[in-house]
Amino acid sequence: MTVSTAVPDETTNPEPRLGRSWHIVLPLLCYLAVGAAMIIYTQSVPLDGIERGSLNLPYIFGRTWEHIQLVFYSTVLVLVVALPLGILLTRGTLRRATPFVLTLVNVGQATPAVGLVVLLAVLFQIGFWTSVAALFAYSLLPTLRNTMVGLQQVDWRLIDAGRGIGMSAARVLFKVELPMAAPVILSGIRTTLVLSVGTASIAAFIGAGGLGDLITTGVSTQRNLVLVTGCVLIAVLALMIDWVGGLAQRVLAPKGLS
Amino acid sequence: MADQSTSGVPIELRKVTKVFPGSGEPAVRELDLNIPAGEIVVLVGPSGCGKTTTMRMINRLIEPTSGDIVIDGRSSHDIDPDRLRRNIGYVIQQAGLFPHMTVAANIAQVPKMLGWDRARIAERVDELLTLVGLDPGQYRDTFPRRLSGGQQQRVGVARALAADPPVLLMDEPFGALDPISRERLQDELLGLQDDLAKTIVFVTHDIDEALKIGDHIAIMKAPGHIVQYASPAEILTNPADDYVEQFLGAGSSMRLLRLTKVGDIEVDQVPYASEDADAAEVLAEIERHGLDYALLTDGMRRPLRWVGAEHLQGLTGPVGSAGDPITGTLHHRMTLQDALEALLNADNDVVPVVGRRRAYAGALSLSTVQNAIQAIKIRERERRLHRGETGAGR
Repeated sequence: MTVSTAVPDETTNPEPRLGRSWHIVLPLLCYLAVGAAMIIYTQSVPLDGIERGSLNLPYIFGRTWEHIQLVFYSTVLVLVVALPLGILLTRGTLRRATPFVLTLVNVGQATPAVGLVVLLAVLFQIGFWTSVAALFAYSLLPTLRNTMVGLQQVDWRLIDAGRGIGMSAARVLFKVELPMAAPVILSGIRTTLVLSVGTASIAAFIGAGGLGDLITTGVSTQRNLVLVTGCVLIAVLALMIDWVGGLAQRVLAPKGLS
Repeated sequence: MADQSTSGVPIELRKVTKVFPGSGEPAVRELDLNIPAGEIVVLVGPSGCGKTTTMRMINRLIEPTSGDIVIDGRSSHDIDPDRLRRNIGYVIQQAGLFPHMTVAANIAQVPKMLGWDRARIAERVDELLTLVGLDPGQYRDTFPRRLSGGQQQRVGVARALAADPPVLLMDEPFGALDPISRERLQDELLGLQDDLAKTIVFVTHDIDEALKIGDHIAIMKAPGHIVQYASPAEILTNPADDYVEQFLGAGSSMRLLRLTKVGDIEVDQVPYASEDADAAEVLAEIERHGLDYALLTDGMRRPLRWVGAEHLQGLTGPVGSAGDPITGTLHHRMTLQDALEALLNADNDVVPVVGRRRAYAGALSLSTVQNAIQAIKIRERERRLHRGETGAGR
């Protein structure tokens, strides 16, 4: 006994590390470099008046910030709705309602995004929150479906073991089911995030701002540089958020599963 | 119910019936079963015979449709299911360990729910790991998937024992293991049970496992009733009907060999002496026994050599190094089957039997084993006849 306690702690650390840190941030640095190069280029070439209106730094950063806000609020809304709903729909008798709810959510996803946004604007009013609502409807599915699939695929024997040793249903949910489903749920949230970054560009149609403004301006005024800048920045933003999602997945997923 | 020193409590099933919704035939039908405190009772039968359902009704993972289950004098129906289950250890196939928790966290689940403090839990975890034969320093912080099947199952047993419950339910716990690990874990379970004396309800479809593990065996048949409930020896020597006989399959006598320990039968006694005994005295002892050999032991009575009368003839003073070294010993906890195997392979007709601390306890030969089996069969037959008479007298 005394011998084993003398062994240093490192030997009993069985889990692999996250990997060398520069390895992880390398993609992020690439994305940042592309975004920065795009912006620097727009600042260094001669621009006409229309281009200057859309490609000055305060305008670009303002639109980027709006874009991030659109994505943030819609995703928070998705989490608030999809996680509890997904959990409820995998409990007991409510399981029977699953196909109906999934069909409803599928409708949101299958409707063309532009149509959905404009329809909502017609029904309510144009502006930021209508866009958030449209983004919510459009990006709800991945998180909801993955929450349900993640919970459904938890080995029933683990749930049985949990109940069998005296855990309450709620304790089994929080201590066993949700941790076990976490990787799948997190990947659903990641999909939701990336989906909404792309879709948020449509918010420009109903005056909610975002980087979509650059695209609509570029198209309507036939300024290709403005159009391309908008596209590149949205792509870079999507890749960066995907990177953050991937990181979150690695950090938040329970240890011991892989 | 969960004092530190608890051993088993009796469990009684009274006319327990379970009908699953949507199925006409009951899964378990008016089942009566008395499980004595501190015994291992094995429910055995083909799949679909209701054995698992019966077990799961004891900790109310399945609620009985009718009937009552009384644990230590209290109807389980009056106890909150979650609290009931914290006082009943539960082990399932492939252990059912939570893969996202360390070994220590897995074992700590029930004590945590019972509100033990950290220090007590940590101490208990280490104690249990040691009990099931895993080094706490090495395994405490590992995750289950890094363990072999046998090790996982040990952790499963440790988790079930965490709060020292009086009752253990085991649902085919060794079913997914390779034969060697299975045998070893069965032996270890029996060893643990010697000290713990829990009431264990054990479900298996393997009759050999049942015969080895069980103090009593309930042989079940679909739909959910018990055909025979008796000790392993009685089931082997006196199967209740054709179904039981069929379920036992061939080789009942061989199984009897596996069921009986060397220590259970009357072994031969041979003259033995330590190395510094006087040769002439040993020779006299040999002649008194009417044999022509004796066993030489060391100071702790551990067998060393066989010495024949011819070695001792004319020798004076201590026996010393005369004689031939023994080629092997039998342990009194060995099964007769293993002993038989050893005897068939031994160079000598007679092999010494050792008991605690490998000290001399007797000797065994093939004919002794044969006589012993004969004696067991006669004894069981007489018991059966006796029971038949009293049965007819009623």
